[in-house]
Amino acid sequence: MGRMANAESYVLAIGTKKGLWLATSPDRRDWSLSGPHFLMSEVPSIGIDTRDGRTRIMVGVRSEHWGPTVFHSDDLGETWNEPENGAITFPDGTDAALERIWQIHPDADSRPGVVWAGCEPISVWKSTDGGEHFELNRGLWDHPHRSEWGAGYGGAAAHSIVVDPTGEKVHVAMSTGGVYRSLDGGTSWEPRNKGISAYFMPDPNPEFGQCVHKIAADAAVDGRLYAQNHHGVYRSDDDAESWESIAEGLPADFGFVMLTHPRRAGTAWVIPLKADGERIPPDGKLAVHRTDDAGASWKRLDAGLPDAEYNAVLRDAASVDGAEPAGVYFGTRGGSVYASADEGEHFTEVASHLPDVLCVRAAVVSAALLPARP
Amino acid sequence: MNSAMISGGAMPADSAISVVLPSVLQPLAGGQSILTAPAEASVTVEWLLNAVTGDYPALSRRLRDETGAVRRYVNIYVNGNEIRRLQGLVTAVAPGQEVLIIQSVAGG
Repeated sequence: MGRMANAESYVLAIGTKKGLWLATSPDRRDWSLSGPHFLMSEVPSIGIDTRDGRTRIMVGVRSEHWGPTVFHSDDLGETWNEPENGAITFPDGTDAALERIWQIHPDADSRPGVVWAGCEPISVWKSTDGGEHFELNRGLWDHPHRSEWGAGYGGAAAHSIVVDPTGEKVHVAMSTGGVYRSLDGGTSWEPRNKGISAYFMPDPNPEFGQCVHKIAADAAVDGRLYAQNHHGVYRSDDDAESWESIAEGLPADFGFVMLTHPRRAGTAWVIPLKADGERIPPDGKLAVHRTDDAGASWKRLDAGLPDAEYNAVLRDAASVDGAEPAGVYFGTRGGSVYASADEGEHFTEVASHLPDVLCVRAAVVSAALLPARP
Repeated sequence: MNSAMISGGAMPADSAISVVLPSVLQPLAGGQSILTAPAEASVTVEWLLNAVTGDYPALSRRLRDETGAVRRYVNIYVNGNEIRRLQGLVTAVAPGQEVLIIQSVAGG
């Protein structure tokens, strides 16, 4: 459903290698930037929860010295709260310690208070109190495959969590390990990677072990998922039972980003990089590519983007908002952040020369929440 | 119940051990720069950390992870020696001694 532009505004949270910046805008073109928050700590995960009549920004923060933790703010970053005993801590008996929070994912509107988290070491967590305390998902933690899951270049991460409207079907993607699916709300898990290549393994088509970089669900087609793999772009129409390539028409099949439209069937965005060994935009030309037909064809979108760009865009450094038309946002490892108010047709620069952008998340919020603009 | 007290309390110097915090961690200890635990005899660094951070779980998490291990870039000095060069968390600390917590030089 469309949003009323005169009653609402937009917030864009930018997590970087050295802190968090917040940008606000009345129109998604003119942005005001504030920050840094958590200077010198990396912010690899952000969740903006607009359910329950509240805008809560949750951030996974990690200090090289002092470790990882979760903060939340209910006043757009004016104040931050850290649960006294930590929102995510490995329970006794696991002999594990939290390394990094890779994903903070507010669940559906129908399940207010439920927030999922994906972490390193590879683990999935669930909160029922708005992200203040998370419980370790034991089904995945105790999975017999866990000892065989590996670490991608950035660490061993459960980085994608997709929950269907019923709450029963949950897909998780991890690097490396691939896609795992639960049909019972997260109690039990099975790998679902048929068709996804793991060219870097002796058997390139294993049951699990793929380095899936990001997955996202189609907003309007039940059972349809999209995946950006470590080389390979895929779609599944059967809840990940099988995957088929949709990379034809893209300039490269490597990359980290996979975004889907908040409402419309068949629309997804990727940001290709040349190759595993050359992690730059193809030909140094940064572009977003959008499909409106579930991957049958792709449209190159680069209006407003720089002529030359040699920095990568990481898996969570891209986001969509819930507005109509949908906004598309991303940031580079060179610290540039771009926003589009028209689904990628035109981009404007929100910020530049920030530290490496690790995560961006955008949301439509009440204009009354934003500070008065001069 | 935490037995840690603010430095300068009623305890004689030879029956207490002080832990000096870096400024960046002091907000997590109610603004205190020094936490003190009573000790009539030598204790381990582990016992001392448990004692002084008992009321400050967020501070405790900054120093040690869930397994109890000291974080990689947290250095703890006893008599001027970092505990990794001594006996780690079972390094003995005597009453009257001062323990320094200093973040290491790291990052980019």
